[in-house]
Amino acid sequence: MFGMLRGVWDYRGFILTSIKNEFISRFARSKLGGLWMIIHPLAQVAIYALILSNVLGARLPGIDNKYAYALYLIAGILAWNLFAEIVGRCLTVFIDQGNLMKKMRFPRIALPVIVVGSCLLNNLLLFVAVMVIFAVLGHAPNVQMFWLLPLTLVVVALAVGLGLVLGVMNVFLRDIGQVVPIILQVWFWFTPIVYSVSIVPDYLKGTLDINPMYAIVTSYHNVMVYKLAPNIAELGVTVGIALGLMVLGLFLFRRASSEMVDSL
Amino acid sequence: MTLLSVNNVGKAYRGYRSEWQRIARWFYLPVKASSEHWVLKHISFNIEAGEAIGLVGQNGAGKSTLLKMITGTLQPTEGRVQVNGRIAAILELGMGFNAELTGRQNAYHAAGLMGFTTEQIDSVIADIEAFAEIGEYFDQAVRTYSSGMQMRVAFAVATAFRPEILIIDEALSVGDSYFQHKSFGRIRAFQEAGTTLLIVSHDRGAIQALCNRAILLDGGTVIKDGPPEEVMDYYNAIIAQKENATVEVQTLQDGTVQTRSGSGKASIASVALYNAEGAPVEYIAVGEAVCLSIGVQVHAPLPELVVGYVIKDRLGQDVFGTNTHHLQCVRTDLAKDTALTYAFRFPASLGVGSYSVAVALHATDSHIAENYEWRDLALVFNVVNMSEPNFVGLAWIPPTVECN
Repeated sequence: MFGMLRGVWDYRGFILTSIKNEFISRFARSKLGGLWMIIHPLAQVAIYALILSNVLGARLPGIDNKYAYALYLIAGILAWNLFAEIVGRCLTVFIDQGNLMKKMRFPRIALPVIVVGSCLLNNLLLFVAVMVIFAVLGHAPNVQMFWLLPLTLVVVALAVGLGLVLGVMNVFLRDIGQVVPIILQVWFWFTPIVYSVSIVPDYLKGTLDINPMYAIVTSYHNVMVYKLAPNIAELGVTVGIALGLMVLGLFLFRRASSEMVDSL
Repeated sequence: MTLLSVNNVGKAYRGYRSEWQRIARWFYLPVKASSEHWVLKHISFNIEAGEAIGLVGQNGAGKSTLLKMITGTLQPTEGRVQVNGRIAAILELGMGFNAELTGRQNAYHAAGLMGFTTEQIDSVIADIEAFAEIGEYFDQAVRTYSSGMQMRVAFAVATAFRPEILIIDEALSVGDSYFQHKSFGRIRAFQEAGTTLLIVSHDRGAIQALCNRAILLDGGTVIKDGPPEEVMDYYNAIIAQKENATVEVQTLQDGTVQTRSGSGKASIASVALYNAEGAPVEYIAVGEAVCLSIGVQVHAPLPELVVGYVIKDRLGQDVFGTNTHHLQCVRTDLAKDTALTYAFRFPASLGVGSYSVAVALHATDSHIAENYEWRDLALVFNVVNMSEPNFVGLAWIPPTVECN
C-alpha cells in the first residue's frame, strides 16, 4: 500500500504529463478544442431539458426559478458524468494500456491515477461552464457550493473503487467490459437525475436507498439548486460503500497485478 | 557486488477451468490451476558490471520472457531476479509515443515513463534534441515524422541517461547508417563507462564483435553459457540438426504431386550435400570440397535425361548453375523404374552466407523442351568462414599479392 503511494509520488511527473498530453491530443486539430468537453454534457442537458421540461411539462416543487428543471438536470449530470467517466475508463484502462504494461516497467497504479486526474480536469471545466450557465439563468453561486469539494471526493472514491474492481476483472473476463456500459445506463435511469424523486412511486423508493449514487446526486441537488447543506447521514452510507469498494479494488489490483500482464 | 542475479527463475502460465477460479484464488481460496505451461525453468546466471552478454536462442526459446522478467514487467513464477541498478531497454523504441504531440513533449513523456522527474528531464532535453538531430521537427507533431526520425528521438530518449544495464534487441537498426554508427558509438561509450550490455541477436557477427560472453537458451532453459565463439558454434549445430530433420521431412513429402512442377516422368528422389568425409553437412567452410548428391527416380521410359542445378544466394540470385548436358554426362534411353544418383563435386568457393540449391530434371540442354521436375529450395546450406582471411562478396577468389 505504502509502496503504491511511493510509486505514484515518484512518477508524479509522468502522471502530470500524461494528463496534459491526453488533454492536448484529444483536441489537437479541432477548432473548438477543449470546448467540446463542455459541449457534450451541455447538449445532453439541453436535450433532456427540452424534451422532459417543455414537452412532458415536468415541474419541480420547491424552487421558483423558471429554469429550475434545467438547473436540477445540470447539477445531477455534473455528478453523474464524473462517476460514469471514471468507472467507464477504469474498466478498460488495463486493457487499453496492455501493451505498455507488458513492455515498460512503471508503477501500474499510475494508470488509474491518470484516469482520475484527467476525469477530474474534465469535471472542473464542466463545473466552470455550469457556473456560467447558472449565472446566465439567474441562479447565483452560494456558499453551500463549497460542499462540492468533499462531494467530488466521495464520487471519485466510489467510482475508482468500483472501476478498479471491474477493470481488474475485465482483463480476465472480457464480458464485464461489455455488460458494464449497459448497467451504467440502467443505473443512470434508476438515479433521480432527469426526474425528481417525488415522482417515484412509494414501492420503488426502497430501491433508491440502496443506490449509493442517490445520496450523492441528491446532495449535488441540495447544494447547487436548493442552497442547502447535504444530508450527512445519507451520505455516510455512501462514503462507507465507497471506502469498502476502494479497499476491495486496491486489494484485487495488488493481487492480480502480476497475473494481469500474463493475460494481456 | 553482482549487478544482476537471476536465481533459479521459472515462468509458468497458468490456466484455470474458469476465470472465476482465478479470481477466487486472489482471495486465498484453495483453487488448483487446471493447466500449467512452463516457458522457462531453472534459469540461473549472474552478470557483473561491465560485461557484454549475448542472449541467443531460436524463436520461442524464451528470450523475450526472460528479458521481461529482468526488466520487471513480468513476475517470475518461481525463483528470483535481483537487479542492483537501473535497466534501460532498447526493445520497444517509440513505446508510448503519441502522434499528436511534438517530439519534445513525447520526450518528456517517455522519459517520465522511465521514471525520471521533470527536473531531471529538463537537464538532458537539450542533449536529446542534439543527439536526435532532426532539427525543427523536434517541435512538431510526431505524426509528421518519418519512421526513422521517430526512431532517432526514441533512441535519444532511451539512452539519455546512462543505465547500469542496457538491453538491446536485435532490431537495433536505428534509422539510416549514419545514425546507426552514432547510436553504436553511444552504446560503446556506455560500455566503456561501465554499463553492462545484454544483447539479443541471431547475428553471429554482432554477438562476437560486441560480447565477451553468450548465453544460449533452448526450450526454456540455459543450455550453454560461455565464450561467444563456443556458444555460437553450439547454437549453429542445434540449428543445423533441426534443419536437417526438416529437410528429410520435406523430401518425404515432396513425393506428392503438390510440390512437383514438371511432367513427372522422372522425379528428384533426394538432394544432399556431403563433405569430403562423406558426412551430410549444413554448414560448410569457405573453399571446402563438397559433393552435391542428387538421386533421380525414373517413372516412365525416357529418351534423354539431363540433371541441372543452380546455387542461389539468400536473395534468390543465381550464383552458379550448370547441368549434365554441359558437363557431358547425358543419359539416354532410360527404362521405367531406373534409379540414378548423381554426384557433383566442387569446392565451395563461395562467400559467407546462406545459399539454396534449385534442382531440375529435363531433356536436352534446357528445361524448356521437356521438364520432368523442377524444384526450388531443394537444399539450403550455409557457408562460414573458418580459416580464410576476411573478405567480402559472394565468391571466394583467393588472390596472391606482390608489391614491387
